[in-house]
Amino acid sequence: MSNIDKATVAKIARLSRIKIEDDQLEPLADELNNILGWIEQLEEVNTDDIEPMSSVVDAKLRWRDDEVTDGAKSEAILKNAPNSEYGFFAVPKVIE
Amino acid sequence: MTGLTTLKISEARDMLAVGDISARELAEAHIAAVDTADGLNAFIVKTPEVALKQADAADARIKAGDAKAMTGIPVGIKDLFATKGIHTQACSHILRGFKPEYESTVTQNLWDDGAVMLGKLNMDEFAMGSSNETSYYGPVKNPWRAKGSNSDYVPGGSSGGSVASVAGYMAMGATASDTGGSIRQPASFTGTFGFKPTYGRCSRYGMVAFASSLDQAGTITRSVRDGAIMMESIAGFDIKDSTSVKMDVPNFEAALTGDIRGLRVGIPQEYHLAGMPGEIEALWHQGIEWLKAAGAEIVDINLPHTKYALPTYYIVAPAEASSNLSRYDGVRYGLRETGEGGGLNDMYDATRAAGFGQEVKRRIMIGTYVLSAGYYDAYYLKAQRVRRLIADDFKRAFANVDVMLTPTAPSAAFAFGEKSDDPLAMYLNDVFTVPASLAGLPGASVPAGLDASGLPLGLQILGKPWDEETVFKVSGVLEEAAAITAKPDLWWR
Repeated sequence: MSNIDKATVAKIARLSRIKIEDDQLEPLADELNNILGWIEQLEEVNTDDIEPMSSVVDAKLRWRDDEVTDGAKSEAILKNAPNSEYGFFAVPKVIE
Repeated sequence: MTGLTTLKISEARDMLAVGDISARELAEAHIAAVDTADGLNAFIVKTPEVALKQADAADARIKAGDAKAMTGIPVGIKDLFATKGIHTQACSHILRGFKPEYESTVTQNLWDDGAVMLGKLNMDEFAMGSSNETSYYGPVKNPWRAKGSNSDYVPGGSSGGSVASVAGYMAMGATASDTGGSIRQPASFTGTFGFKPTYGRCSRYGMVAFASSLDQAGTITRSVRDGAIMMESIAGFDIKDSTSVKMDVPNFEAALTGDIRGLRVGIPQEYHLAGMPGEIEALWHQGIEWLKAAGAEIVDINLPHTKYALPTYYIVAPAEASSNLSRYDGVRYGLRETGEGGGLNDMYDATRAAGFGQEVKRRIMIGTYVLSAGYYDAYYLKAQRVRRLIADDFKRAFANVDVMLTPTAPSAAFAFGEKSDDPLAMYLNDVFTVPASLAGLPGASVPAGLDASGLPLGLQILGKPWDEETVFKVSGVLEEAAAITAKPDLWWR
């Protein structure tokens, strides 16, 4: 099933927001095909009527009262920002 | 001074209580030991000032009669636990410069009990690795060397700094984390006791996330008793982690009765791996004999889906990682690279290309692929279904046994570079630890022997959910039976 080509690697890289140089696409395709080919042995397992398992903890998420318990710490939140201005995170211009 | 660094936590606790030693002396001895071991690269940040301040506070507390078991005990902290105002970067370049404004619950619990922080410990980048070779700060060396050899070995991973700091007599204990084996496998490689509790026993608040449905904090120590003491300190319900479970933390140390008569120990037949070194099979058999001699009943069991655990893990964990690591975008913390073009997307692409290492990129891309439109059902949902079958195997088997005994890893520590070019060979390191991680079960690696070249080997004990006490109890019996006296030569001092 798995046949990842250069175009697919480029697409995954774009979805992952990781810049990959063109000469790296081919080796990455080989690597990913190798791993996914091994993963595909799962196809031989019969999983009809098996519920997907997303958590090992059966408990339902706890509810809490709808009240403010935290906040007013914008300074602490911005402290590690690579760039901030006027109490906001600053990023490259997005609107022309 | 070196005498103080070979003490166990339990011994130091008792000596501190009666005033035979002070927390300050203990801290000074360990700070000095850390300084002699730069060659091992276990610590990436040293915090001697913090340690001495905490040690003085511990001495005051002991004098006031308000001491806990961990009061005055010098520990190392894996770099993925947030420590307020102190470097916390999961050994990734993308978190360059990050000093959190908050404290993880696990470390806060230690400080509340009076423990002393020596520094932050090296690890595989974002805990993705089994040899500590993916760290941005370079690999950690295993304190153990083969007999008569000057060659270096990997310490295992991802908690490579944690195990090296404890095996190398720098820290009395260390925090660690386990997603697919990152506590147990390195413990096996370094002759230390590694303990991973039931998923939900420890808070994940302030732990840098890798795969949230699997990540769990635990401990590395030089004895089973020390593991029980330290685990009791870090465990407990926390309102700040929605997956932490509200249950009382038992007195783990009290479980070390040494009495396992009548206990049923399961031996999973699927763990007899073709091609596994004969000495690991032999050690496993020896472990069975030790437990039998102590009065346990040995029961052969089956976990039929075992061979599918690793491929399942390598869908589930990268999928969760690709989602968790999307937060590293150069906006809120860590590294920012502007990128060609200067736009926002250029910044994302360039920052993540420069900030993540090769293995992390590989896993993000696999995770992104298996979650992408058209592949989600075939890969991700399929893996979640097989995960349930694996968990059900354990449930069925544990209806009939109290614990399971297996090898921890399919080999002893290996040489640098031996597996780092072959991801699949590296992934196989976790073949015996991953199944229990997928099921959320508690497990331990107990030092049980040495291979022919003198490198340590561990045996793994797995328990029922929330029955850490039986895991500790059986671990204690194994430790006593194995009676290992070998220690690494202090070649780095």
